Amino acid sequence: MLKKITYTFIVSFLTLNSFAQNNSGEIHGDFDLNMQSYQEDDIIGAKAADEIILNNAYLNINYTKGDFAAGLRYESYLNALMDFDDNYKGNGIPFRYAAYTIDGLEVTVGNYYEQVGSGLIFRSYENKGLGADNAMDGIRLKYSPLKGLYLKSFIGKSRTYFTYAEGIIRGADGEININEALNLESKTRIIVGQGLVSRFQADNNPKFKLPQNVAAYSTRLNIINGGWNYSGEYAIKLNDPISGAAPEGKNWANGNALMSSLTYSKRGFGIVAEMHRVDHMQFRSDRAPEKQYIINYIPTLTKQHTYSLLALYPSATQTEGEFGAQIDVFYKIKKGSLLGGKYGTKMIFNFSRINALNGGNSFLNDDKEHNPMFISIEGEELYYKDINLEIYKKINKKIRVTGVIAKQSYNKDVLEKPGNYGIVESTIAIADISYKIKKGHTVRVELQELLADGGEGSWSMGLAEYTISPHWFFAVQDMYNWGNHDVSKQLHYVNVNCGFLKGANRIAIGYGKKRAGIFCVGGVCKEVPSSNGFSLTISSSF
Amino acid sequence: MRKHFLTLFATILFSTLSMAQNRTLPSVDVKTLDGGTINITAIENNSKPIVISFWATWCKPCKKELNTIAEVYEDWQDETGVKLVAISIDNSRSMAKVAPYVNASDWDYEVYIDPNGDLKRAMGISTVPHTFLLNSKKEIVWQHKGYVDGDEDELLEQIKKLAH
Repeated sequence: MLKKITYTFIVSFLTLNSFAQNNSGEIHGDFDLNMQSYQEDDIIGAKAADEIILNNAYLNINYTKGDFAAGLRYESYLNALMDFDDNYKGNGIPFRYAAYTIDGLEVTVGNYYEQVGSGLIFRSYENKGLGADNAMDGIRLKYSPLKGLYLKSFIGKSRTYFTYAEGIIRGADGEININEALNLESKTRIIVGQGLVSRFQADNNPKFKLPQNVAAYSTRLNIINGGWNYSGEYAIKLNDPISGAAPEGKNWANGNALMSSLTYSKRGFGIVAEMHRVDHMQFRSDRAPEKQYIINYIPTLTKQHTYSLLALYPSATQTEGEFGAQIDVFYKIKKGSLLGGKYGTKMIFNFSRINALNGGNSFLNDDKEHNPMFISIEGEELYYKDINLEIYKKINKKIRVTGVIAKQSYNKDVLEKPGNYGIVESTIAIADISYKIKKGHTVRVELQELLADGGEGSWSMGLAEYTISPHWFFAVQDMYNWGNHDVSKQLHYVNVNCGFLKGANRIAIGYGKKRAGIFCVGGVCKEVPSSNGFSLTISSSF
Repeated sequence: MRKHFLTLFATILFSTLSMAQNRTLPSVDVKTLDGGTINITAIENNSKPIVISFWATWCKPCKKELNTIAEVYEDWQDETGVKLVAISIDNSRSMAKVAPYVNASDWDYEVYIDPNGDLKRAMGISTVPHTFLLNSKKEIVWQHKGYVDGDEDELLEQIKKLAH
């Protein structure tokens, strides 16, 4: 029924529109296709797919005309890539919406993505690369009645694969930019915000009386003065026991989270100091514990690395409880100075450290009560630590060099799976050199080394890339696990890739072995199986 | 289901054919570095070309592109009057690092943040970097996915075509 209404609506609108006037609306969108073949490889544990080839694709279409917008997304999983959940199966149009704005009021019906504050109590978002999509389906209103005052409210159900979770999510958020609202010409700018999100799910548990309405709320503050910027947010989630037999199923403690950042910057220099404390703060669209129901986002307080060996052992937020701090320093040594040379030198320093809460997360039931101390660092279980320095230097018109050194501590039992692995301590060094051969032709070489005793032992990585601007790229890389304690696993993971880009189209093909592990894109990580075969990626935008 | 689909595609095709005008920016709000909100359609450059470049603090090719252009940006501005608007897609994990990174890098660009990907989706972007070029009427006349060394030369040629 809903589908039918959507189609009729969009079709009649477009038809009407194209007849009515010449100066009509616009249609744009993008298309993405990811195809992968899977060959069996016993040594790396890669499985062959029964289908031989697996394929994911989607097409977004957005129509806009003035203050009106409508659109849809067609998704196709025939069948879904091995990295994706099996529940992505077949074809469909799981995303469609219509929206308009008039006199400061924006109305959206159908699907939408929304975030309250930093996301501590609510974030619906999509990341196609990771198969994450918890779009809302319902109604959203945004209204700005006065300058500097931003209100929004929404109601809907949260997407899980090709269906929606049972819980009904309601939310409201207000933000005041005090300087804009009062027309203050002040050096100090202050913005405050307050959000509230609540889930309704009927209680049909025969044994316990479960809360049917679960609220979460957060308050945020942002103060800016010259080069200084302070930002903080505190969130509370009320009693929300999860279903199932696990001990967490009998925990009716409230959850809370605090995040805070202070930054200072001026020309050539910037510093960021951040901390967060998370306690029993996962918020879901259902009482069930599975990850597809998560509707909030607690940002991971570590640097998002992109060099392969720096990202080999990545951190992830422990939403049940952790305390962490992070510092970043950005510095540009001036041109013409002794260390700066002719073009200047850029340095980025980063330090982060995450540990357990004292005695674990908040816990409350008839037999047990625990409230962890607010700050406790000494003697608590270490989850993750990373200290790294990156230096970038342009040597001359042809050569540019990036060097990185890092030391990481990774609690494999907590961040991957419980066992007796202990902390994996690794030391990493990277050199990334690019050399311009002639106009448009560049060679880039990456050499990476990771030394570790624990985990899978030491790794080396080499990459060579040849690019011809603006159309071509060719790359070959090898990751070699030479230090694995199991000699039969001292393997090479070789990958060859090439691609063609022109304007809005990009086509890439690849062949090789992909290592099992954690794959991170855009701030989110997930475990992927190892694979061995051809891949084809097409991405296009119109 | 199938019938609806066909009708829909036919209609889209028909409406697209009936449109001759150029592509404009969608009406989407982004965040300013001092915590404010601005609609992207409000960016201005006095009828001179505008480059919109999507990037993130964690994206190596993006930073390479913007750092490379930063070295020659003054020359580009003198020659063509172009303005570069850099839109960061950093989410709340790395948003706090955007302003310090931009300032420390000495960039003279206009910088905004699109923390939950609203503008990114509205402009049909699947990966960063992604660069658009706008003409004097703020219509998108050229776009490019990705960045490899030397791509800035092609961008400059396209800007020059508009400037003259």
